[in-house]
Order: sequence, then structure tokens, then C-alpha cells
Amino acid sequence: MKISMRVATVGLAGLCLTGLASAQEITGAGATFPAPVYAKWASDYNKATGVKVNYQSVGSGAGIKQIDSKTVAFGASDMPLKDEDLARKGQMQFPTVIGGVVPVVNIKGIAPGQLKLNGQVLGDIYLGKITKWTDPAIKALNPTLALPDAAIAPVRRADGSGTTFGFTNYLSKVNAEWKSKVGEGTAVNWPAGAGGKGNEGVAAFVNRLPNSIGYVEYAYVKQNKMTYALMQNSAGNFVAPEAGAFKAAAAGADWSRSFYQILTNQPGKDSWPITSATFIIMYKTQEKPAEAATALKFFDWAYKNGDKTADSLDYVPMPPVVKAQIEKAWGEIKDASGKPVAFRQVQ
Amino acid sequence: MSSTLPAHENPFELAAGQARDMTPPPARPARSNAWADRLFGWAAKGAALVTLALLAGILVSLLVGARPAIEKYGLGFLSNSVWDPVAGEFGGLVMIYGTVATSLIALIIAVPVSFGIALFLTELSPAWLKRPLGTAIELLAAVPSIVYGMWGLLVFSPVLATYVQQPLQALFAGVPYLGALVSGPPVGIGILSAGIILAIMIIPFIAAVMRDVFDVTPPMLKESAYALGSTTWEVVSRVVLPYTKAGVVGGIMLGLGRALGETMAVTFVIGNFNQLDSLSLFQAANSITSALANEFAEAASGLHQAALMYLGLVLFFITFVVLALSKLLLARLRRNEGVRA
Repeated sequence: MKISMRVATVGLAGLCLTGLASAQEITGAGATFPAPVYAKWASDYNKATGVKVNYQSVGSGAGIKQIDSKTVAFGASDMPLKDEDLARKGQMQFPTVIGGVVPVVNIKGIAPGQLKLNGQVLGDIYLGKITKWTDPAIKALNPTLALPDAAIAPVRRADGSGTTFGFTNYLSKVNAEWKSKVGEGTAVNWPAGAGGKGNEGVAAFVNRLPNSIGYVEYAYVKQNKMTYALMQNSAGNFVAPEAGAFKAAAAGADWSRSFYQILTNQPGKDSWPITSATFIIMYKTQEKPAEAATALKFFDWAYKNGDKTADSLDYVPMPPVVKAQIEKAWGEIKDASGKPVAFRQVQ
Repeated sequence: MSSTLPAHENPFELAAGQARDMTPPPARPARSNAWADRLFGWAAKGAALVTLALLAGILVSLLVGARPAIEKYGLGFLSNSVWDPVAGEFGGLVMIYGTVATSLIALIIAVPVSFGIALFLTELSPAWLKRPLGTAIELLAAVPSIVYGMWGLLVFSPVLATYVQQPLQALFAGVPYLGALVSGPPVGIGILSAGIILAIMIIPFIAAVMRDVFDVTPPMLKESAYALGSTTWEVVSRVVLPYTKAGVVGGIMLGLGRALGETMAVTFVIGNFNQLDSLSLFQAANSITSALANEFAEAASGLHQAALMYLGLVLFFITFVVLALSKLLLARLRRNEGVRA
């Protein structure tokens, strides 16, 4: 807050000065999952500095297309791009917030957190191999739970989405048959189940269909008080989807090597197994360094002042260590003459 | 009208040609604003040509966008039922089947119902009921499709599952063909629900058109038939329907066109399931428009996007074929009419 106040006064006093180094209005586009937090950050940032950041939540795929064609200052994707793809295109990426994908169920008499699942069973349900809630594999994980002798109705996303990428990436890591038959991606060839459009579509299906199972973003589970299942992580513990469990998963990743980190099935006894970060993509060599500077200043401001906002919207902020690494990596973003784009608020 | 009026009462003629007065009948006056007429003519022609150009433009851009998929799959795309974005293999059969099947179901339900509505409104209804009923039907046509979709998912499909699908499955269990037709999870999501929702959506369109064309049947024809002792049904089937068949077919095609292209309502209730492992009406499926709406935003450029474009092209052609068939049907009806006379 202190910094933003200072920026506000500086900004008011020297509009022409900042105008030389940065743009007053920039546009970004991409993933829908972080759109609420980006929008809130942008409106807070606008209040603090007068700079306008427009974020169009058009989907990760469309966001990548837009940054590739340089129509926006930054693109956003829920699925990290591979390092070699970034190198080929001359782009870099960095994570902004962390979220988790959570299996939710609608079984009569089952309260949130009562049902226990692991990746093998979850994968077999979505493969159509486990079709009843009384299947021995489910019973083995839940020996004391009274589950109905009813068919499981699996529900998944119909639209391509980063949520699906996190979910299928996790299943590919822990279920060999899933990896060979279905694989991972923002949209896959689902062997079973009905598809809902968006998190809200999946939630509506799950609430409507008795004995169904679906997967949605953590924020959605929390805000709608859905019946989530506990997941067994790679350490063998059953964990609940909570901010701490997502942070534990993020801490386990080695961000110093590359920002291409997929946080599913991370080590750590408290880690939530289906955790995912969302990413910003920018060009390393900037034709419009003023816009890049504004974008970086915005994210710098968000890392310093936006954690509370993220928390209140049920996103998990990046750990401080990772933020420092990200800001160091921003040094790679340069203007045409090779001079790094300045983003520090106070120089 | 000008020929019956004295010349001096027509301001145009007064302005145009004073010399020709007193020579009945007056010749057509020369137009002082011929350029305006020509301009209007060009504008009208231009508007028509722009439509043609748009059509051609859409076709070309679809072809260009779909080229990678067309080159890779050719016509095999139409008969391949695998849609696997991870492996990069795409076939359109599931969506094409879903689009055609749901639209057919919608027509099978909507045409008789709309016919009944139009018949009631034009021949049977008491006069005080005609206007409110007619307005209500026109209002139904104005309901946004997403409302139908949400209603279908949250209200209609549970009712369908409990009171239609489950009893039907119990009734036909073990019966060949019929049993297979109603197999699958009875959750109220799938081809049948999408077809019924589509039917509800297109009924107002078809009914409104049918009512309007029934209304233009000359009363003299109907009254003559009644005077010869025809029943209401005979009047409608032998007089009104033959007189209005072009309009009736047009109304049905309008409804079919809407059913083929409907997106939001279908995507809510069809289940968006890209496998074709049974022909059951209760099975979740997918339609062309639903696949496009769901997958386009996240489709990586390349084959996935090209395959979606190809699907759009296929829908374009389905609509075109439907239109052509309806014209053929009308032509045949007209020819038979000539034979009978």
C-alpha cells in the first residue's frame, strides 16, 4: 500500500515523465481461470496509479494466439508452454497465482471431505472401468463409508480448459492406462461421461445428477460449498483441498531451473496432488517497450500488493522465493536495442 | 391511380410537363429525379450483391481455414468417429450424426404440433382467444436460446429422466432394437433431450408461419368447400394445405434451419460426448455447433482448429442441402398439381 501511494503521487506529479517510459493503457488476453483475480488487480492498480490494464478472458488457447500475433502486451495460459517452444518463439513465461483442481461428488449422505480417492481410482472412474460406487477399489479406500449401490455418473468439462489440462495431466502421471489411452491436454477424447460448459456447467451437472462425480476449480468448490473428496498424494496421505495444501505443492517444485512446472503429483506430505499454476507469456524482445514496462510494473505491483486480493478470491499467491526468481527473470525482457525493460516502481 | 385523376391534381405532372395538359390519357411524366431512381436501383442491387459476396466469402474463408484438415482426411473425415485432440486425430461423424439426429427428432415433434396450433388458431379457436394465443406463440419465439438450455438442464432433463426414460427402459428391457434405442444412462442428457428442447424452440417459428399462410387462404375457397358439405378436416387438408403448401414447407425449413444451427441450448443438454458407441436416444452425444462453441477458444492452431473449421463447412453444406431439397420438394408438389388438373 505504501508503495502504491508513493506511485500515485509520483504518477500524478510527473505524468509526462512516466509517459515516456510506459504506456497508460495495455491489454492482455488469455486464460479464464485467473480472470477474476487479474480483473481485481487491474481495478486496484488503476485506482492506485491511473494506469489501465484490460484483461480479456478469452481462453488460454486464444490468449497464446493473441500474444503470438502481438496484438496484446501479454498473453495468459493455464498450461505452461514448453521451454523449447518459448525459445523458438522468443517468448518467456512466469506464473502468477496457484489454484487446484478438486474432485466433487453428489452422493446422498456423503459430507464434504468424507470420500477418499486416489489417482488410480479417479482415472478408472473416468475411463469407465469403475462404474459403481460399491466397486471394491473404492471400498478399499473407504472401508467405513456407506456408499450406494448405484452407477457413477462422471462429469467433465466439455470446453477446452486449463482445468482439464491439470486434471488429465495428473491422471496421466498416476494411471498408466489413462496415459496410454487418453493422455493429457486442454481437451481430450473422453471415454466416458457427460460434459458441462465451464466450471459452472460441471457444477450444475454434479448438483443435478445423483451419484455423479466431477472436477472443478478450488475457488468454485469453496464458494459453492460443494462436496469435495480427499485425494491421496504422492506421499500416501489423504489431504483436503486447502490453500496450505496448494502452497505445499508449489513449494515442492524447482522453479529456479525453469518456470515450466506442472504442479501435479508433487512430493510433500501435505501437497494437494492436482495443483496447477497459471502463467503470463511475454515476448523477450519488445517492439513496444513502453507497453512491456507497464505490464511488468503491473505484475510487480500485484506480487507486492495483490496477495490479499488473491486470497480473498480463493487463489493462492506465489511463494516469496518464487516471486524473487520471477522478477530476476524479467531481466530477459529487453527493448530492440537490448536494454532491459525497466519495471521497478521506484528507481 | 393517376390515370383516373385530372392532370392538375397531380403535383408531379404539374411540375413535369405543362405542355401536355388536356391530352387524355396523359403520358408517363418524365422523371425529374432520375438520378435518385438510379441510385436507389444501384443501392438495391448492391445490397443483394453484398449478400452474395458475403456467402462466397464465408465459404472461401471456411475452405481456407479447413484446408489442413481437408488435405489430411479428405472425405474420410465425414465417416470417422474418432475425435482425439491429444493424439491429433479428428473425424466428424459423431457431431454430424448428433446434429442430424437432434434436428430430425425436433422436426418429428414440432411439425405435427405446429400444424395443430396453426389449425386451431385459424379454424377452430373462438375469436377472443386468437389474439392472446397468437401473441403468446410469437413471444415464445423471442425467448433467448440460453434460457431454453438452462431450463432444459435444470428443470426438463430431471423430469425426462424420472418419468420418461426410466419407465421406458423398464418397459423395453430385453426387447431387441427398441431396447437398444433406449439403453444408456437415464440421466436426461443426450440426443433425445436435445431433440425435444429443439422442438420446443422451433415450434413457435413453424406455428407462426403456418398460421400466417393458413390465414391468407381466400375465405371464398373455404366457404365453397364448406357449402359443398366438407368437414373442417376436409377443408384444411384438401383446400387450405394445397393452397398454402409453399408457405408451410417454408415454415418447416425455417424451423429446421434454426434446429441445425442452434448452439447454446443444445450444448447444455446434449452431454458433449464425442463417442459413438450406441445408437441409443438416451446416450450423450455432440453436435457440430456445440463442438465448435466448446472447443474453438482453446483449440491450438493447426489441425484441431482446421478440423473445427471443417465441421463448420460440413454444417454449411448440410444447411445448403436441406434448402435445395426443400426447393425440389416444392417443385415436385407443383408438378403433381399440374398433372391432377
